[in-house]
Amino acid sequence: MSIIQFDKKQEMLRRTVREFVEKEIVPIATEIDEQDTFPEELFQKMGQMGYNGIFVPREYGGAGMGYTERAILLEEISRHSAGLAMAVMTHHLGVAAILDFGTEEQKKKYLPDLCAGKKIGGLAVTEPSGGSDLMGHQSTGEKIGEDWVLNGRKCFITNSHVADVSVVTVRTGEDAKGRPALSGFIIEKGNEGFAPGHKENKFGLRGSIMGDLNINDCHVSGEALLGQEGKAAKIALSTIGGVGRPGMAAISVGILRACLEESVKFAKERVIYGKPLAKVPAIQSIIAKNRIDYEAGMLLTYQAIGIKDTGERSDTQSAIAKHYTTEAAVLAAKRTIDLMGGYGCVNEYPAGRYLRDAMTTIPSGGTTQIMELVIAGASLA
Amino acid sequence: MKERRILVCIKPVPDPEHYDKIGIDPASKTLVRSGIPAVINPNDKNAIEAALEIREYWGGIVELVSMAPPDAEEKLREGLAMGADKAYLLSDRSFAGSDTLATARVLAAGIAKIGSFDLVITGSESADGGTTNVSPQLGEMLGLPHVCNVESITPQNEEQWQLNVKIEEGYLKVEGPTPMVVGVNDKINTPRYTTVMGIMEAEDKEVVIWSAADLEIDNDKVGLTGSPTQPGDLHEPKLQRAGKLLEGEPEVVVDKLIRLLRQAGVLNA
Repeated sequence: MSIIQFDKKQEMLRRTVREFVEKEIVPIATEIDEQDTFPEELFQKMGQMGYNGIFVPREYGGAGMGYTERAILLEEISRHSAGLAMAVMTHHLGVAAILDFGTEEQKKKYLPDLCAGKKIGGLAVTEPSGGSDLMGHQSTGEKIGEDWVLNGRKCFITNSHVADVSVVTVRTGEDAKGRPALSGFIIEKGNEGFAPGHKENKFGLRGSIMGDLNINDCHVSGEALLGQEGKAAKIALSTIGGVGRPGMAAISVGILRACLEESVKFAKERVIYGKPLAKVPAIQSIIAKNRIDYEAGMLLTYQAIGIKDTGERSDTQSAIAKHYTTEAAVLAAKRTIDLMGGYGCVNEYPAGRYLRDAMTTIPSGGTTQIMELVIAGASLA
Repeated sequence: MKERRILVCIKPVPDPEHYDKIGIDPASKTLVRSGIPAVINPNDKNAIEAALEIREYWGGIVELVSMAPPDAEEKLREGLAMGADKAYLLSDRSFAGSDTLATARVLAAGIAKIGSFDLVITGSESADGGTTNVSPQLGEMLGLPHVCNVESITPQNEEQWQLNVKIEEGYLKVEGPTPMVVGVNDKINTPRYTTVMGIMEAEDKEVVIWSAADLEIDNDKVGLTGSPTQPGDLHEPKLQRAGKLLEGEPEVVVDKLIRLLRQAGVLNA
């Protein structure tokens, strides 16, 4: 039963992605989590499937679908591996930034390989001073002739150690009001002065590599500048708000569905006091709550993304969807562990991973409290 | 090199993952499939894959043919998304209830209307009926050589196919002329995944829909009236499980267990 009317093409996409996930990702989902490894060969295969550039027009090597289809993709991957979905989601951020703000030459240079699975993308905004505090940027870019010299450090960057093409924001001056003016640059792996640093050991969303990017006297040509000089705050806000947050919501919907399906399966199979757990009213309450959260999260997420696909701004709806789904996923995972009793705490079962993954979705793309600032700001305006 | 025109017969079947929800209507003695999603018969995906591989090597076109209700167009689009070029849906209210013979008759009429071709590939077996009848019946009706349970198809030259056929305890090498009807089994290949690009391209591919009138086929040759197979009485087996606790020392329990298994006919007496 579907609660949202997807069109036939979208339904076919969901079925075909599900088949791919069940055959290619499910067998290695536990290994991805336990070893915190990013499966590069699988990522290349996903590029051939059209997943890596699903929302990119065909002329740039993409599949030519939209953001709703991207959400279906992320939800299906996240149902079994939220960590891998996170890596794909972040790759899409780099792709979207180049697609939305790049010159024709930049799009033709980078997008075909990023879509085909030959290269991995990333977006590096967050610094030790904070992620959502763009005005606190400490990394700098200095223009020398036609070239730029960049310095600074980025942290909590997903795909930091695997990305071939990173979109990086740095401070390049001040605007008329004295506020930092940010500029964006496309930096390729191997560029001298640009290298991954410390790798974080996360407890959730493992398989998406996260760490520092060190920028030390990194020389790039003027052709690396993404968008207009001093206007990269828009790149960061638009990409994170319009692509990142709905992406995190879609990942959380995948976790919510995992909690619902796992709790139903366990409740039907586990016999206690001579009857299946599913017959116990307290267990039914958990199942009901898991379903309510899944369906509500799904509605909010696909509504926000549907708005984006019409070309309208969806920042507020995306913030609402991210707020609701990430927090709900934590509660649903906790309830699923409750339902499973001791089994819920055993790593042979995936419920513990759902909780760790759900917790890790909260700061990604802005914490719950930042979402509340966005939502309240829009409501009070 | 001669390009090949390959026709692939496909059938929508209830998703095998939902077989536990399938029931039997005691009045009509037919399967109750309502609420169960349909999928392309898994073995027919092997047939599509075999055709696509031949096309990739030799060039040509791959066209799908299916006798099914109008909503099966969606399943044909899935086959087109895998990479087939065009599809024909043979759909008419009078086709409902066709057994394998009547089904083969409709498919043969559709294929005759399509015209010339080099090869017809079918799955050897459907996941729902499982009769393995349609492929050979189709070959007979088209007056063409036909082989089932095929595990490899190689164009030997412009006029000849070489087939590897699985038989009990071995294989049979068969050579046959163009055109012919080949039923492939699920060992022949692993069907490819459908790409997102394939889904997008399938939208613009043509699905031709033909009715009984288009096929100029008599109503009494199809559907229930045209089907010699009539199910007799149907009995739904009642599956009951009952636990039996064997107690005592291990040796005693094992003796009891062996005795019970012999009584049940599981072990030889």
